[in-house]
Amino acid sequence: MSLDREARERLVRALARSVIEHADELTSLDQAIGDGDHGLNMKRGFEAVLAALPDLADKSLPEMLKVIGMTLVMKVGGASGPLVGTFFMELGKALPEQSTRADLVAATEKAINAVKVRGRSEAGQKTLLDVLVPVQAVLAGGGDAKAIAAEAVQAADRTIPMLAIRGRASFLGERSVGHMDPGSRSASLLIRAAVETLESEVDS
Amino acid sequence: MSSSSSGNVGIVIVSHSPKIAEGAADMVRQMVGSAVPLAWTGGDVDGGLGTNVAGILAAIETAWSPAGVAILVDLGGAETNSEMAVEMLAEDRRARVVVCNAPVVEGAVIAATESSGGSPLAAVKRSAEEFYA
Repeated sequence: MSLDREARERLVRALARSVIEHADELTSLDQAIGDGDHGLNMKRGFEAVLAALPDLADKSLPEMLKVIGMTLVMKVGGASGPLVGTFFMELGKALPEQSTRADLVAATEKAINAVKVRGRSEAGQKTLLDVLVPVQAVLAGGGDAKAIAAEAVQAADRTIPMLAIRGRASFLGERSVGHMDPGSRSASLLIRAAVETLESEVDS
Repeated sequence: MSSSSSGNVGIVIVSHSPKIAEGAADMVRQMVGSAVPLAWTGGDVDGGLGTNVAGILAAIETAWSPAGVAILVDLGGAETNSEMAVEMLAEDRRARVVVCNAPVVEGAVIAATESSGGSPLAAVKRSAEEFYA
């Protein structure tokens, strides 16, 4: 997988659009079981990422991912800033410039482990890990772009009946059951945007 | 945000609400005067409720002491952002900054009181964490 400058810019715009266009939905999910700032926070972060274009896309893919991660860390706020930001930063650190699918599998695993450490969490606690972990498993298992995108959507849906163990939603105890985790939804949106933009590269 | 010069452990207060952070800092000052380097930060980068890494880094800088800095936080994001900020510090400072697992207001007052007596960082952290344990 080697993305040229045009593809890198397309990727950044698609990631940002996926979050910004769904900011109201993310906020309303977060109002149900959190503090209601997830949509606004993620939107602010990705607007800052967009503002770093066109220079951002001049960088190599790993460098670009690191800058996206740092921008999200500094701008998003909440717990999502460090969590989503860490994912992008670690992905950038782990990916070689010319990367194979095996490199992507290994790098996403490292990035997810870093998110687990940052949040002191594991899958099953109604967090973004409940999307990242199963989607990474599909990627590692050889799934194509469509399978990865489908798993992202289904994994976010599977957080609806879960009991929140980490994050603000855990304060609600049983009342967190029956609502989709906002962080899982935003992770799912970002993954879908990425694989749809990079479909030809993912499947090659 | 405020500071002071002394060799005592610095205290940083991080709340989602700048009013809470500032109010907790007022309570600390009332207890220890200017014997302890102190800084507070609260709010997201747009001024709404939340926390932000840049603000926390600036507060650590303001409250910096060679004896280290103890950070008191309120909820989840304050803790995650504080841990992120600590990791972004220069390596020689990183080991001298700790995030305390204690209530933000009570913890800040107790930690500052411990610090004002010249206790080392580990004792300051422990006193804040043990009070409500």
